[in-house]
Amino acid sequence: MPVETQEERGETASPVGEIQLLRWSLLSWEPLPLSGASLRSHDSWTCSLLVPECRLWDPVHVFLTPVVPQWPFYNLDTMFMRGLKRKCFDGEEDIEGTLAGIKAIPSYNLQRQSLLDMSLVKLQLCHMLVEPNLCRSVLIANTVRQIQEEMTQDGTWQMINMQNTGQASVDRLVSTDILCRSSREQAEGKHVPGYSTFSKDFEGDQAQDSSETMSTASSVQALRNLQSNVWEMENSQENKGNFQKSLDQIFETLENKSPNSVEDLFSEVDNSYYDLDTMLTGMMSNTKMGHCDGLEPFPSPTTTTSSSNCKSDLNELDHIVEILVES
Amino acid sequence: MPDCAVILLDFTSQADIISTVEFNHTGELLATGDKGGRVVIFQREPESKNEPYSQGEYNVYSTFQSHEPEFDYLKSLEIEEKINKIKWLPQQNAAHSLLSTNDKTIKLWKITERDKRPEGYNLKDEEGKLKDLSTVTSLQVPVLKPMDLMVEVTPRRIFANGHTYHVNSISVNSDCETYMSADDLRINLWHLAITDRSFNIVDIKPANMEDLTEVITASEFHPHHCNLFVYSSSKGSLRLCDMRASALCDKHSKLYEEPEDPSNRSFFSEIISSVSDVKFSHSGRYMLTRDYLTVKVWDLNMETKPVETYQVHDYLRSKLCSLYENDCIFDKFECAWNGSDSVIMTGAYNNFFRMFDRNTKRDVTLEASRESSKPRAILKPRRVCVGGKRRKDDISVDSLDFTKKILHTAWHPTENIIAIAATNNLYIFQDKVNSEMH
Repeated sequence: MPVETQEERGETASPVGEIQLLRWSLLSWEPLPLSGASLRSHDSWTCSLLVPECRLWDPVHVFLTPVVPQWPFYNLDTMFMRGLKRKCFDGEEDIEGTLAGIKAIPSYNLQRQSLLDMSLVKLQLCHMLVEPNLCRSVLIANTVRQIQEEMTQDGTWQMINMQNTGQASVDRLVSTDILCRSSREQAEGKHVPGYSTFSKDFEGDQAQDSSETMSTASSVQALRNLQSNVWEMENSQENKGNFQKSLDQIFETLENKSPNSVEDLFSEVDNSYYDLDTMLTGMMSNTKMGHCDGLEPFPSPTTTTSSSNCKSDLNELDHIVEILVES
Repeated sequence: MPDCAVILLDFTSQADIISTVEFNHTGELLATGDKGGRVVIFQREPESKNEPYSQGEYNVYSTFQSHEPEFDYLKSLEIEEKINKIKWLPQQNAAHSLLSTNDKTIKLWKITERDKRPEGYNLKDEEGKLKDLSTVTSLQVPVLKPMDLMVEVTPRRIFANGHTYHVNSISVNSDCETYMSADDLRINLWHLAITDRSFNIVDIKPANMEDLTEVITASEFHPHHCNLFVYSSSKGSLRLCDMRASALCDKHSKLYEEPEDPSNRSFFSEIISSVSDVKFSHSGRYMLTRDYLTVKVWDLNMETKPVETYQVHDYLRSKLCSLYENDCIFDKFECAWNGSDSVIMTGAYNNFFRMFDRNTKRDVTLEASRESSKPRAILKPRRVCVGGKRRKDDISVDSLDFTKKILHTAWHPTENIIAIAATNNLYIFQDKVNSEMH
């Protein structure tokens, strides 16, 4: 049931007004059948698969599905396996061509890095309206810890910290298939980057690699060129301490679900985050990374936001939810 | 070969995704719960001599709304009404009872039939309105007259506020008086008649939530020993606990864990080792566990490794990264024993489900789809090819539909009848050739 808000009546001027308009019009749509996702068809891979299903948000989910750009890690396994076997497939030359500066087979460290980024993003996607799945969060967090430990043992961690901040490139296509293969397969003579080549890899990738990958918001960097420059990401924490803090914050947030803790989690992130969130769906976190392309008709968010604005947005969110639940 | 007896239900909305399937102890009733909080109970029609081919069809018996969506105002979070589990109580009188649970609240429902109605009241007329006393000249005894069968479902108990985390399993004890409910970090023991109190029997919550690395994924009471129960964890271990040992069963009596294969180690090893379901065999001698790629049969007497391991879809091992990316790696598949514990069954992707015969070591992959499930048609075995030689009708790994997953399956307690939940649809298959257990 559409409910006219103060903003809609024009009594107050607030960017939230347009958000609510968006919400009501979305709710009146018929849910479209979702296209089946398969590993073969790249076109049907979308970010929305990362969004946990939630009854209230289904129309939004459906709406955003066609316009969400491809997650850069799609179809890693097939891509990587083809490259490994050194066969010529149609279109494969293009992919390998764009990997200029990066080896045709990305280094293990790069792959591990992208897995780490993916995991961190997944952990943040937990902040939905429904309580996040604790089992999933714990498993992802354990994976992150595992990578972190391995990187510490490698000495990779310190090396990354020492580098200056660089700009992430959307060309940083990485394949993490090597991570999926067992060490036995690796020993059987497939390409295994040894440590002697590590520094060479790293230097080559330096320009493209993002050194702030340890920060919780790092993976957004990779998507910058896909978006309309709505976000300005900070080059924030790079050291282990902050990383651990982020992990801890995530767990605390899981334990005490409250707007405050969500705010704390993003306290180091530029506040323009919140604008985009409230614009999209009023969700509390940066769940939809690549949705800017689909939002051209909507006004770009104001550049300055304060946390008090965020607070009021969250109160609006509660209000909206109450209405939705009652209807 | 299983024969398709009937296809039931067809919905297209999110709320109708089936989230649990359970036969009762005789197999006469089949309960399904869905994401919208509804429970639908099917009853098997008695075999009639007139139509032998339609023996034992399942028809809708009752539908009711078990749970409603709630809002936790303290945490500003919605509590889903999705039914996570249904468990039938053993039948003790004419009524049937079942427990249904969502993330937070367990409810005991009583299902009764009414097929007679009293008529001939002295003070009330046929519509129930009070009669004018002056018109009553004589007294009559009300008689019971037959009426159309009416199935009434009433909530008898509501067990609320017992869980901080999401309830993932419930299990009725063999003593028929108590049951347990397990969430991610705790297991509570309830008495079926007492709703304001429950006993915490397992608590794995660490003092500091930052140290949390393991959660409870499933739990079940032993079918015969009322003091024994098992719970599985996200790290792939099973713990058998004896309630006689202490009030808080944090110390397990037996720990079942298979050492990790170092040659197969990857970043996803832990995730795919997480046990999604655990089921005792009917005999009580074995346990069946399901992790992402395998089903394993454990002997209760041997803790070091399972006695049998079956690969469900090993061709996904090289796809783990993509499956991690799209969250499919976190799918929780269930598993089931047949009545004689000789065959085990579990679901997979692309609406496939797998059966493994423990005696002959043969396995089969079948598909639950409308096209292949015409009434009285025999299901054709399917095959997934990994490359190399490809036969006709084979499906390649890359063509699998990962949105079509069979997470919930159930096997009739005594006969070869299975219920398969494929997203919105419920399929019931019957093995016509071998109706009896062997």
